[in-house]
Amino acid sequence: MSVRIGVRPCLALAAACILLEFAKAGAAAEIPLAERRSGYDLMGRETRAMQDDDATNPGTLWVLDGEALWNAKAGSAGRACSSCHGDARASMKGVAARYPAFDAARRRPVNLEERINFCRADRQKAPPLAFEGKDLLALSAYVARQSRGLPSEIAIDERTKPFLDAGRETFYRRQGQLNLACTQCHNDNWGKKLAGSIIPQAHPTGYPLYRLEWQGLGSLQRRLRNCFVGMRAEPYAYGAPEFVDLELYLMWRARGMKLETPAVRP
Amino acid sequence: MTSRRDFLIAAGSLAGGIGLASAARQARATPAAAQDAIRKVTGGAPVRRGRVKLEISPLVDNGNSVPLSVTVESPMTQADYVKAIHVFAEQNPLPNVVSAYLGPRSGRALLATRVRVADTQTVVAIAQMSDGSFWSGSADVVVTLSACLEGPV
Amino acid sequence: MARAIVNVPAQARRGEIIEIKTLAAHSMETGFRRTQLGELIPRDIIRRFVCIYNGAEIFRVDLHPAVAANPLIAFTTVATESGTIECQWAGDNGYAVTETALIRVE
Repeated sequence: MSVRIGVRPCLALAAACILLEFAKAGAAAEIPLAERRSGYDLMGRETRAMQDDDATNPGTLWVLDGEALWNAKAGSAGRACSSCHGDARASMKGVAARYPAFDAARRRPVNLEERINFCRADRQKAPPLAFEGKDLLALSAYVARQSRGLPSEIAIDERTKPFLDAGRETFYRRQGQLNLACTQCHNDNWGKKLAGSIIPQAHPTGYPLYRLEWQGLGSLQRRLRNCFVGMRAEPYAYGAPEFVDLELYLMWRARGMKLETPAVRP
Repeated sequence: MTSRRDFLIAAGSLAGGIGLASAARQARATPAAAQDAIRKVTGGAPVRRGRVKLEISPLVDNGNSVPLSVTVESPMTQADYVKAIHVFAEQNPLPNVVSAYLGPRSGRALLATRVRVADTQTVVAIAQMSDGSFWSGSADVVVTLSACLEGPV
Repeated sequence: MARAIVNVPAQARRGEIIEIKTLAAHSMETGFRRTQLGELIPRDIIRRFVCIYNGAEIFRVDLHPAVAANPLIAFTTVATESGTIECQWAGDNGYAVTETALIRVE
């Protein structure tokens, strides 16, 4: 999006930032498995209620659009997703919990959105859907919705290990004009406040999710781009392998945590 | 390692950056504009405090979408019911937020929605009863600031 | 057509007060925002919501730009008879959506 409204004074933000002190970056350590918490636990009661009730969760609008797309024929092959995969409620159960997953033909991990587009190209003979476009968000929300409540299950083997390591390296690397690393906020200072917001641990278990700031549904890569902008770093392009590696690392870091798609976040 | 001094510089830069990314401050409705909007609804009739319960979180995660509900004490019978519920936010660019028209078939006088709250302020709900009287309730809401917002792309 | 959702209990006892929850996919562009180049983005909102129960209007809402994107409107009604609960949204730029739900009243 190239527009945004700003009606808030930045002085208060500066004041709020001062309340936050970063620990030494060198002391960074992964959060012990038992102490991991979803961003859901850190948000207000009203926002949690918005996520919990399908009738009021605005993400449901995208999920229903995704269901319609799942059953609609696309491309010159004249096939719908359902032509091969049948009822997504059965065939897609648990699938999103395993993404990003290794793609043998491409010899690297691909995320759910890429998998949908590869399927369109290979099976449906249809053009790819644009990253962050309404249709790709709807389809990925519908597919990921079938894994709601199931634990993230990222399998790391010798093929995926180098990509996991690359993602971890990005997470710990200082970057941007503020010279910050992801770990400084999300490992060392989670639960504290950055401006008025509580810093979450950054477990990406609810994507695509409805963000009140966006007033719409968005992907994990859109959120990562926002983080990069926050660090005054140049964000990678949508679909960049660096982003997929980071997604892989984050989903592995959240292994065992339950998927929440479509989650709601402030 | 980050010294406290380095961090304060970084924080200032972060805040400044977000300020730059923001558009110019918007014109705001004033409490006087809100009073005008309320008078349009009441026709100048007196508004009594009470019977109207406006629920909104006192501290919101994000002002873009704030759950709000209004309930009005009323038997909701043919003889005695709530005709309308109006909501006003005095610090928004426009004071009018939403107006709902209901009747005895509603069973209860309830409206639940999600609203935009531009800044920390008082939100007011006014109910118009079938006997022509007006009642009001209000709630204060504090809007906090977020960090790492969507930047120019 | 733009997506909208009407959520009502599938069945109810006669005389029971039921809650109707609705969502409509809409950006609710306020008309107060500007682009990075300073151009005003024109207003594009849903202006009117009406709920009709077996042909009779039971609830109506006028919306202003302060209603959040993808509006939630929830309210109550007395379950009087089996039939159709029809919701209509109308707004700027010809936006018009109708969505219905069925209810069985015993």
